Amino acid sequence: MNDIVIRAEKLSKKYVIGHQKPGGYTALRDVAAGAARNLARSVRDIARGRPIVAGDEIEDFWALRDVDFEIRRGDTVAIVGRNGAGKSTLLKILSRITEPSAGCVVLNGRAASLLEVGTGFHPELTGRENIYLNGAILGMSRAEIRCKFDEIVDFAGVEKFLDTPVKRYSSGMYVRLAFSVAAHLEPEILIVDEVLAVGDAEFQKKCLGKMSDVAGSGRTVLFVSHNLAAAAALCKRGFLLADGRLVASGDIASIISRYAQGGEQQARLEFRPRADAPSMASITIDSAALAQGDLIVDIAYTAPFPIAAIGGIALQTSAGARAYTSNCWMHEYDNPLEAQAGVLRCAIHGLPIIPDRYQLSVWLCDRHVVYETKVDCMTVEFPDAHMRQHLRGAIETGCIDWPARWQGRTVDVAAAAHE
Amino acid sequence: MTQDAIILAPGRADRHYWRDLWRYRELFFILAWRDIAVRYKQTIIGLAWAFVRPFLTMVVFTIVFGRLANLPSEGGAPYPVLVFAGMLPWFLFSSILSEASNSLIGNASLISKVYFPRLIVPIASAATALVDFAVNLFILALVMLWFGYMPGARIILLPFFVLFAVVASLGPALLITALNVKYRDFRYIVPFIVQFGLYVSPVGFSSAIIPERWRLLYSANPVVGVIDGFRWCILGGDTALYPPGFALSLVVAAALLWFGVRYFRATERSFADLV
Repeated sequence: MNDIVIRAEKLSKKYVIGHQKPGGYTALRDVAAGAARNLARSVRDIARGRPIVAGDEIEDFWALRDVDFEIRRGDTVAIVGRNGAGKSTLLKILSRITEPSAGCVVLNGRAASLLEVGTGFHPELTGRENIYLNGAILGMSRAEIRCKFDEIVDFAGVEKFLDTPVKRYSSGMYVRLAFSVAAHLEPEILIVDEVLAVGDAEFQKKCLGKMSDVAGSGRTVLFVSHNLAAAAALCKRGFLLADGRLVASGDIASIISRYAQGGEQQARLEFRPRADAPSMASITIDSAALAQGDLIVDIAYTAPFPIAAIGGIALQTSAGARAYTSNCWMHEYDNPLEAQAGVLRCAIHGLPIIPDRYQLSVWLCDRHVVYETKVDCMTVEFPDAHMRQHLRGAIETGCIDWPARWQGRTVDVAAAAHE
Repeated sequence: MTQDAIILAPGRADRHYWRDLWRYRELFFILAWRDIAVRYKQTIIGLAWAFVRPFLTMVVFTIVFGRLANLPSEGGAPYPVLVFAGMLPWFLFSSILSEASNSLIGNASLISKVYFPRLIVPIASAATALVDFAVNLFILALVMLWFGYMPGARIILLPFFVLFAVVASLGPALLITALNVKYRDFRYIVPFIVQFGLYVSPVGFSSAIIPERWRLLYSANPVVGVIDGFRWCILGGDTALYPPGFALSLVVAAALLWFGVRYFRATERSFADLV
């Protein structure tokens, strides 16, 4: 019997991106010539039925390149890789949202994807109506939903609010209901992307339990998450993607350790600056300082006009909980920038944070506009200066690590009885 | 299970398209139902909106074309009934056009996250237009009752003309919907077509007043055939259908539908990357 559920051969996906030449326009004549050139190309694109790409130069960008793999029935596979490695593109192809540019995939069996909880929820409709709507969107038949309705409601714990429009739900209830509908899908192949980054700890546990049930019943699960602990708990195999290529595949422990090794070298991220709007050019973390427990982040930006740059950073645990935030308004900001290009340095000394791996998010704005947000773009690992033995990571202990003084006091049993 | 194998490769997306479309029919019904439910939630007078618009348009058109311009009616029907019988398909056409053309953009989050035949979305949004149409039909019945004007036996052919109206609307609607995903300019075209078409099509007047030698050309607008057909079966009496014109309208509508579906299908696979 052929047990291969998903087989990909030389799978590739290309996007066409455009960017503007550096230097910019100076004279009106150049602007007019540039505009005319762009218009001519747009017209040509329309005539050929292609999307319009802005910019002076056009470049092919391979989000996925020659990816080959096989997944057997009952496999649980975690796909790990940095942002932009091609994980989401791969999932989009497998869930048939977009088609590959080259190569092919053979899917044996019904695939359902949980790309984001609450897709297709309509705020005006009630919980009951949304269960049917969302179920249909995820590919369940009405009979199937009706038969699982009570189970879904029970799992989400929203019995009392079934006939309330979901726009009045708390965000927790909303997410629980959405996940609950999705969790009751019964496809042969379940594709899950980042759904566990939401909800409270107890609900997350419930979700993981549900997903391991799915995996246990012999169905195939593909799982993408930044939550490596969840990936390790849930999956037996792993794929490591980098720059659109499948770098390694094997058992999950080896993949995670390989992924983690890659994390330490990358102390600098560079971006292609945009010509039309302020944007970040690079983000650098001082690795030497970090080894001493000090987080020093440099955010370099460029802009087409001088901006009063304001930056912010945030740290998140691998479960997605915000651990720390700082920005130029909250904390001291010396020598405020008012320039077309500059570097914002954020130095945090002796942050009392539980030693663990955190995801760093960075944003760039000014007083009025948020120009750019890079969510979970880098990994920051705070070392433990005291080499303590009993640390269990931020998910379990919380994020604050502040020394407390514990003291023992013996009580005299005889004296106590005497009183 | 092996016979269910799905192969994803460039250009292969449409192998099982029509089968998939059938398989996703429940999604179609539920999306249509959602659009209708949402439309009447949180509105104070709800359905009354569907009454106010056609009623006032009928009054204005009757005064402008019937009284001021003194245009003749058809088959002895009172002028308001003539106007209403023309307005019915026109509103169906224009609301399908506007609902459908925005439907894909409005459901962008769905399209970029879940697979289903995209054709479902614009067609489901056309269902709202059919609900409004049913309301309008009811108003027409009231208006006819008021004037004591009874339709003839031809009224039983009305469903065929409703279908014709839907077909004539879906062709251009699908075309504009698909273009709108790629080039957002097209959303400005719809209000223009709707406004312009109201006067170009024989809504406020009978198409019989068009000079004979221009009449065939005039019927190249498929809405002309639809409106003529509606009047023919609602007004009854000695209302005459202009056969060559009607046939031309049918052909143009069918050609537009064919072209619309073809273009939609050709561009559909890149929607998720563009929307």
